[in-house]
Amino acid sequence: MTVLYTRLARAFGAEVPGLLGFLALVLVVFGIMAPNFLTAANFGSIAFQLPELGILTLAMLIPIISGGFNLAIIYTANMAGLTLAFVLNLYGGPEAGVLPFVFGSVLAIGVGAASGAVMGLVIAYIGAHPILVSLAMMIFLRGLGEFLTKGGDISGFPPYLAVLGHGSVLGVPVPLILFGVCAVVWHVLLTRTRHGFAARMIGSNIRATTYAGIHTKRTLTLIYTLSGVMCAVAGILMLARFNSVRVGHGEALLLVTVLACFLGGVDPFGGFGRVVPVVIALVVLQVLSSGLNLLGANQHLSTAVWGLFLIAVMVLRWGAGRYRQRKPGKG
Amino acid sequence: MIGTAAMPEAEAITFRNVSKVFGGVHALDAVDFSVGAGEVHCLAGENGCGKSTLIKIITGVYQPEAGAQMQLFGQALPQITPTLARKAGIAVIWQDLALFAEMTVAENIAFETMLGNRPRRVNYAAMRAKAQAALDRLDVTLDLDARLGTLPIAQRQVVAIARALVSDARLIFMDEPTASLTQSETDALLAVVRTLSMRGVAVVFVSHRLAEVLEISARVTVLRDGKLVGVYPTAGMTQSRLTELMTGKTFDQVVAARDTLANPVVLQVENLSRRGEFADVSFSLRAGEVLGLTGLIGAGRTELGHALFGMTRPDAGVLHLNGRPVSLRSNREAVAQGIAYVSEDRLALGLIQPQSIADNTVLSVLRKVTGRTGLLAADRQRDLVAHWIAELAVKIGQPEDAVSTLSGGNQQRVVLAKWLATEPKVLILDSPTVGVDVGARAGIFRIVRALADKGLAILLISDEVTEAHMNADRILHMAGGRIVGEYDPRQTSIAALEAAVYA
Amino acid sequence: MRNFLRAYPTEAKLLAVLILICAVLALTSDSFATLGNLTSLLNNNAVNVIWAVGLLVVLIAGGIDISFAVAASVVQYLCVYAFAAIGGGNWGIGLLFAASIGAGLGLINAFLIHQFRIISIVVTISTFNAFFGLLMFFSSGRFLYNLPSWWSQRVILWEHQSPDGTWSEITLPVAVMAVAMASTWALIRHTTTGRQLYAFGDNAEGARRAGISIGLMQAIAFGWCGAMAGIGGLMQAHITKEVVPNALVGRELDVLAAVVLGGARLGGGRGSVLGCFLGVALVAVTQNGLNLLGVSPYAFKMVVGVIILLAISTSNIDLAQILAPKRKGRE
Repeated sequence: MTVLYTRLARAFGAEVPGLLGFLALVLVVFGIMAPNFLTAANFGSIAFQLPELGILTLAMLIPIISGGFNLAIIYTANMAGLTLAFVLNLYGGPEAGVLPFVFGSVLAIGVGAASGAVMGLVIAYIGAHPILVSLAMMIFLRGLGEFLTKGGDISGFPPYLAVLGHGSVLGVPVPLILFGVCAVVWHVLLTRTRHGFAARMIGSNIRATTYAGIHTKRTLTLIYTLSGVMCAVAGILMLARFNSVRVGHGEALLLVTVLACFLGGVDPFGGFGRVVPVVIALVVLQVLSSGLNLLGANQHLSTAVWGLFLIAVMVLRWGAGRYRQRKPGKG
Repeated sequence: MIGTAAMPEAEAITFRNVSKVFGGVHALDAVDFSVGAGEVHCLAGENGCGKSTLIKIITGVYQPEAGAQMQLFGQALPQITPTLARKAGIAVIWQDLALFAEMTVAENIAFETMLGNRPRRVNYAAMRAKAQAALDRLDVTLDLDARLGTLPIAQRQVVAIARALVSDARLIFMDEPTASLTQSETDALLAVVRTLSMRGVAVVFVSHRLAEVLEISARVTVLRDGKLVGVYPTAGMTQSRLTELMTGKTFDQVVAARDTLANPVVLQVENLSRRGEFADVSFSLRAGEVLGLTGLIGAGRTELGHALFGMTRPDAGVLHLNGRPVSLRSNREAVAQGIAYVSEDRLALGLIQPQSIADNTVLSVLRKVTGRTGLLAADRQRDLVAHWIAELAVKIGQPEDAVSTLSGGNQQRVVLAKWLATEPKVLILDSPTVGVDVGARAGIFRIVRALADKGLAILLISDEVTEAHMNADRILHMAGGRIVGEYDPRQTSIAALEAAVYA
Repeated sequence: MRNFLRAYPTEAKLLAVLILICAVLALTSDSFATLGNLTSLLNNNAVNVIWAVGLLVVLIAGGIDISFAVAASVVQYLCVYAFAAIGGGNWGIGLLFAASIGAGLGLINAFLIHQFRIISIVVTISTFNAFFGLLMFFSSGRFLYNLPSWWSQRVILWEHQSPDGTWSEITLPVAVMAVAMASTWALIRHTTTGRQLYAFGDNAEGARRAGISIGLMQAIAFGWCGAMAGIGGLMQAHITKEVVPNALVGRELDVLAAVVLGGARLGGGRGSVLGCFLGVALVAVTQNGLNLLGVSPYAFKMVVGVIILLAISTSNIDLAQILAPKRKGRE
């Protein structure tokens, strides 16, 4: 048991064993309380709900690790979705072929990247606080989106998009595959690439990182650009899942993504954070929500439970820290 | 062995037989400490010798073990609390000053006194009057309405002293007060201290930068490993003697310098200038050479180091590296050209303290630990870290431990490892022993010498003349942004060099 | 004048920009510089200012509060039920009740932050979710219209009819705003407690060494913010004559942007009541001006985002230094 614990902690981060424990606890409790909890149908619905929040959380993760924030993720995703929607409508809406979709998606990702790059440039070269910069960007994008859509929905997309939103391959939902790919890419980015490495170092001490010969301004710009790209992926997925685009869609998820990051052990001050514990944290949140749902509670109770759950976890971590302090020499 | 310094007429504080045990270890072991009224006293010792424990006992933060006798201003006390110590007139100015950057000078000075106001109303007029009175006692003029953050460090220090005076301090401890001051600022501070002393306020310097402190103190109390080594008059005390007392080791004063003039020139600096920082600097640095660059703080040494490392761009002048002219637009280009720079500020700039030893080591050579796939290769990282830890004999637990868990000396070795991994041709060491225990310094310089023997060209920037004298092959003296002299340690005595630098 | 520029550089700049915008609007639009327009601007933005000065105290103390707008919604709901229970109530009881409940919710934040050493952004994102989720759960998203008449009836404190027959008036929220501003100003400028808040936000360790009680500071900051949130919530319901559970979500970020625009610093130690007012005013006047100039309402927010982004990007320009170039440079 101890061996397993240390191996898990070593490979994926110290938060993983604890979070898996939580997950097991939640599964057992709901398994007993809700008869139809441990069913394929339930896990199927979890698998379809998770990716949207998951991809947005990935978009939030890297800025937080670099000691910043990206409050503009939702509206960046919306804008990307809007871009794709415009392109599809330009090519006949429901009759649009696959090529316009590919073209639109590339354009959407470009829009996401551009929004991120602007934030990154302002943060890196002017040294403004990321919360402010992304807040301003959020307000701007929200305005821009509402201006372009006049506050309405855009819908009428080709039917093949349903595959992306609701299809399955070998029983695995397509959105989940997409999320899995994104998570793996992010994991590799953070643990195995120079930029990911630099992002962590910047999060702890940007000046010392600059002194060590890292192009920190470029790295920061890239971090927010990548965050914007991930937002665009989420935006495309949201378009496919809801078969419509509306500015403000997913607004409520903004702070949940931050919550998921903190739950996954990401240091609020930056410098430390891993993809795997964050993914597990997302699963815990989603399972909590679906369990409560099966017990007859609505989504809002889940929101409340999520908040209380994060507080509980932070208090437990505080307690664990005190315990370790009192017993020096261990771990 | 205890020196017999002339005792001042009245003792401000007298502590006898003070011991403090933490978890079975004696942090302080039967130490005596006394300061005369209005005396300027120096408390010296390596990190971990018990200096701060002693201060905390005097200020009532810690309670000593039974058997201690404590007297504050002639009054014997069984127990001291922080409030009691403050009321008795004991103040501590910590190195970080603990001031408020966004507040005005007046508010910073009078802040603590107004906390007791009842009703809790701020009287700005009274606050200003108090602050002005305190500054007057120091014979200093400062703009009371200036925001503290806009003042240079030296003036902030004066504000911290004035704050202590406002609460009627009669004994002020100053923790490393000159660490970040230029020479003229230090002089101004020392003038303030003299004024204090004349008005009967005793000052205790807690410092390991000994030159200035020796100049102004009457006596020095030396602690080592929690024990009192002795109390000595500063008259006739030299830095090297004090170092011996603090470490308990006799350092061979053998000059390490060798003849390197025949070696090929690696870095040629011609007429380098940057407005307000340095001017017309020319020298050549040879392979296998340790070139000392000494001078007072504010002479432009660190600024020159920054320019050579590409952090700033000189206004005029040329750099030649291995005979080719180079123009450095950033420190990344400097690193690529084979220049490495060990910053004097290890805590903030040299290392990323919360991150691991391994990550700090590979940070500057990420390309080298990148595999053929374009991804970082774990085995390459591991091998590189293991190699340098062994090579520089860094004492660590696990490579995954945070670098902040290491001692100053071992941290500095990690910094060296980080830069040596880039295989530099030129290594700039900016005050490499700041915050490193006297005992651990020799180890750092053994590494430096070994590197020079392998052909590395090393520029050793140091404000400690002794250090430069013992370890450099040649010494450049910098003052007012210019190179004003060159010395050969084999032909110049420490005393002569000190005389030239501190003149 | 020079002292004002030195003590309040951001506020001075903001004031200059605001005057400029007002001047341009007065020249280009006939209806901007009319009593009716200016008073309605005041009436419509009073609540934002009340919230802003509350948030200001938290920012000065070095914290951040994401939860206050949701807390205001919670207060609104509790008020409706409480007033119904006591058979009506009046303004005195209402203000007292709203302020106390709000302060209580703020104290929950302060307790979690201080007791468990969790940073404020984590705590308030958690409580944001908890408050909002619980509110939506228990209210089931119902709108409430059965406000007591004293609460929903407009209170006009001053009115004036122009020669052309249009009415201009000042309503109760403006008076409450003035009191909120004055009391916050008195707290942070003229009490030792307020100065301790600045000191604590500026240099927490220095404040600790000076003997300041950290727990008390957190309690005062978040308690004050909560009380202002509650009062603002009461006023908002007074204006809209209804209570909608999710009406205020999202306002926290708009208010945050205005406060920071007004010179408060994320990280603590800086900020003023005047700055809060100017920050809110700049956003409000800009929107109002665009409206009067016939710009599509959907474009307002976009412009606001751009303004904030520009303000952040130019925040390094020091007006005092331009006007008094002989002053010694900063480090």
